[in-house]
Amino acid sequence: MKNLRLVIIGIAFGFILTKGEVISWYRIFEMFRVESFHMYGIIGSAVAVSLIFNQWMKRSKMKDIDGKPIDIPTFYSGFTRYLIGGILFGLGWALTGACPGPLYTLVGTGALVFIVVIASALIGSLVYGAIRTKLPH
Amino acid sequence: MLHDFLYGPWSWYVTGPAIGLVYFALYFVGKRFGVSGTMKAGCTMLGAGKKIDYFDFEWKKEIWNMMFAVGLVLGGVLGGIVFPNTMPMELAEPTIQVLEGYGLTSYNDGIVATEIFSWESLFTLKGFIFIVVGGFFVGFGSRYADGCTSGHAITGLANLELPSLVAVIGFFIGGLFVTHVLMDYIMNL
Repeated sequence: MKNLRLVIIGIAFGFILTKGEVISWYRIFEMFRVESFHMYGIIGSAVAVSLIFNQWMKRSKMKDIDGKPIDIPTFYSGFTRYLIGGILFGLGWALTGACPGPLYTLVGTGALVFIVVIASALIGSLVYGAIRTKLPH
Repeated sequence: MLHDFLYGPWSWYVTGPAIGLVYFALYFVGKRFGVSGTMKAGCTMLGAGKKIDYFDFEWKKEIWNMMFAVGLVLGGVLGGIVFPNTMPMELAEPTIQVLEGYGLTSYNDGIVATEIFSWESLFTLKGFIFIVVGGFFVGFGSRYADGCTSGHAITGLANLELPSLVAVIGFFIGGLFVTHVLMDYIMNL
């Protein structure tokens, strides 16, 4: 049952990404050309609404659906890995026109060649795991 | 009204806040919003944990992540096949002119740039770069940065975490470089 909740939220997210055209290479290309507000509006308003939820959850000491306190600790620390990793991720985002969420959703829309993109991303993850101790973090 | 909701396209001010609701919904079921963790868990499921300690964890504890990914695929079926978006996309005029220069016109018919992302294209140098090289960087980069657009640009920024801002700046350095410096070369391959 708990897993079913996540499938349902995933369906909602995939549907949202499709209706907002976030899964389109064309929209990502347009975003990086900085010729349209569409994607900036989406990301900006998503962050703004999330920020409000974030503050509300923290201040109200809200409990989750199972009655456990919702804990939102600081998740990240450091600098180098975020800059270098971020740049490398950005290269991939602009080439494939998709970040990981849209990759899955694109397969669902019938663009099956994105299975190859996902497979390649898995290989990229695997290579990172194999060589990460040699990389600056 | 219902027709517009189902067939889209949605404007940015509907799409963005809806993503904010997803962020909240995941915390409400006890999870933290982030998609690229599925890539790590995927490697572990395929057995990478035996050789590489980074992948040596109990992936069954992260099964929720996989369920979320299954939902993402089904959401694509719902939004792309059952209720396909109204076309053509309303892209910016200057972008359209560049696209026509590249010989790309599939935005008239659908959401996918089918000239680049197709099985035929996969076996060309150009298609290989977009599909295989691009995919590699998505996976490698999101593991290196410990998060992708959802984990950093939404969840991290909403929690005012500075490393996430650094990551997002990185995303744009990489993306702007591809689009403004490399794209002309790749498209002419």
